[in-house]
Amino acid sequence: MSGAPPVTARALVKRYGAITAVDHVDLTVERGDVFGYLGPNGAGKTTSLRMLLGLIRPTEGSAELFGRDPAEAGARALDGVAGFVEGPRFYPYLSGRKNLRLLADLDGGRAASRIEEVLDVVDLRDRAKDRVGGYSHGMRQRLGIASSLLRAPQLLLLDEPTTGLDPAGMRDMRELVKRLASEGITILLSSHILAEVEELCNRVAIIRSGRIIYEGLLDELLQSAAGGYRLRASDPERARAVLLARGVEGVQLLDGELQFQADAATVEAATIALGAAGIGITALVPLTATLEELFLGMTEEEAA
Amino acid sequence: MIPVYRWELLKLLAQKRTYLGLGVSMAVPLIFTFVLIFKTGGPNDIPLGRYIRETGLALPFVVLFFMSIWAFPLITSLVAGDIVAAESHNGTLKTILTRSRNRGEIYAAKVAAAFTYTAVVVLAMGSVAVTAASIEWGFNPLTSLSGTTVSAGHGLGLLAASLAIYAWPMAAIAAFGLFLSTVTRNSAAAVVGTLMWALFMQLLGVLPGTESIRPYLLATQFEAWHGFLRTPADWAPVVRALWVCALYVSIPVFAGYLVFVRRDVAGE
Repeated sequence: MSGAPPVTARALVKRYGAITAVDHVDLTVERGDVFGYLGPNGAGKTTSLRMLLGLIRPTEGSAELFGRDPAEAGARALDGVAGFVEGPRFYPYLSGRKNLRLLADLDGGRAASRIEEVLDVVDLRDRAKDRVGGYSHGMRQRLGIASSLLRAPQLLLLDEPTTGLDPAGMRDMRELVKRLASEGITILLSSHILAEVEELCNRVAIIRSGRIIYEGLLDELLQSAAGGYRLRASDPERARAVLLARGVEGVQLLDGELQFQADAATVEAATIALGAAGIGITALVPLTATLEELFLGMTEEEAA
Repeated sequence: MIPVYRWELLKLLAQKRTYLGLGVSMAVPLIFTFVLIFKTGGPNDIPLGRYIRETGLALPFVVLFFMSIWAFPLITSLVAGDIVAAESHNGTLKTILTRSRNRGEIYAAKVAAAFTYTAVVVLAMGSVAVTAASIEWGFNPLTSLSGTTVSAGHGLGLLAASLAIYAWPMAAIAAFGLFLSTVTRNSAAAVVGTLMWALFMQLLGVLPGTESIRPYLLATQFEAWHGFLRTPADWAPVVRALWVCALYVSIPVFAGYLVFVRRDVAGE
């Protein structure tokens, strides 16, 4: 495996006639990342992943996996890479184990020797002899993960792996992704389920109408919206006056609580002033935006 | 390519349509045998038809003639027309294209599997026909198309050679089915399209004014085995069938290959 990043996309474009599905996308996924690729339905997430896996050719630009371009290197570009787009698909008339055997034979190497192990990882060994046609959606998703693990991947590309699962299935899938990430596998996770991304990912890119509108650390994105406070005091009106007198701007009284923006030093000075003025503080809570609020703000602002 | 080819065969063996085609190819000679047992007369106006009750070796040749019109093309197109399109439709194409095999290798395995099926179907028909007919009418010497008599053993050799050359135009039909399967990504369209193409080839052969191109039509190659049944053997139709069918096979296979390796595999 080269020292190149697991995923690099530069000015990646995919057009279907007059429609531009992916519009000059730049992406870099570093080793060890659990990278969330976020966007509304139809934003271009799946098309991007298809280009990364070599299923479709870019109209312009390049996509590389560990420095290898799937459009140029073919199947060799996928060494150490596994995953699925639009949900994993299997031969319904073959059993789960036979499907894995088929894919292991296509992979060659030691893949076949891992079949029982990966069935255990996804907890499917008991149903492995049954035809996939009789599997539930969740079981197929887990079989998809198992088929990916056969390749002992360093990079896993997962396209909305929890879509269509019941709450227990979603929880199990998240736990599985966390476990794989803890084992050092780099994961690129496409999703529109923001809570899932917030729980699993350290870095994110947000795509809207084919264009990347944010790429960076998730923590930095969340902190960029921090700096607000919510204050509950024994006398809100007087507290508001004290805050304004201490130079705090934009103080609003909402439902008996004060909300304002200030840096930490100003807040410290204001609390001392409130105490000196005989005003009791019953709650002082720093406000942080959720990923959902940020995402909606960014994507709706972009759309407008 | 061997593991990919092996799995293509195993996938065929796991599908009902494979057995449907194979079953029909074996049922037709059995039906012929039963009908001839219970009826008098026979297909005297077709090659070897008049000797059908003299030796079990005659029946497979008679069935070859009848099945070339639409039954064999249908059986072949059922599998060849489905072999790529079904994977596109079910989404399994993207599953196998994201493993460690190049597209060319996967396409080659599918071509080989479709041809293997075609050959097996022809062989199955021949085996069942000669067995069933020999049980009823005996494994006796065969009268050739030139009127000479050849021993049963020699006749069996001629049958094997005839089945082998007959498999060539069948492979051409399979190649066309595979091409349509790749291009249309639709099993039904590919199966029906292949059958229509095969019937059109038959029709071309009987249209007035096509005499000059008739030796090069696909339908004519289904009769190349007549050359083996003459004394001495007439190699001209056999050799012509080999190179003409090579063209009918290679052009759609190559065109299908170009489409397969370049196409975008997106949601179908």
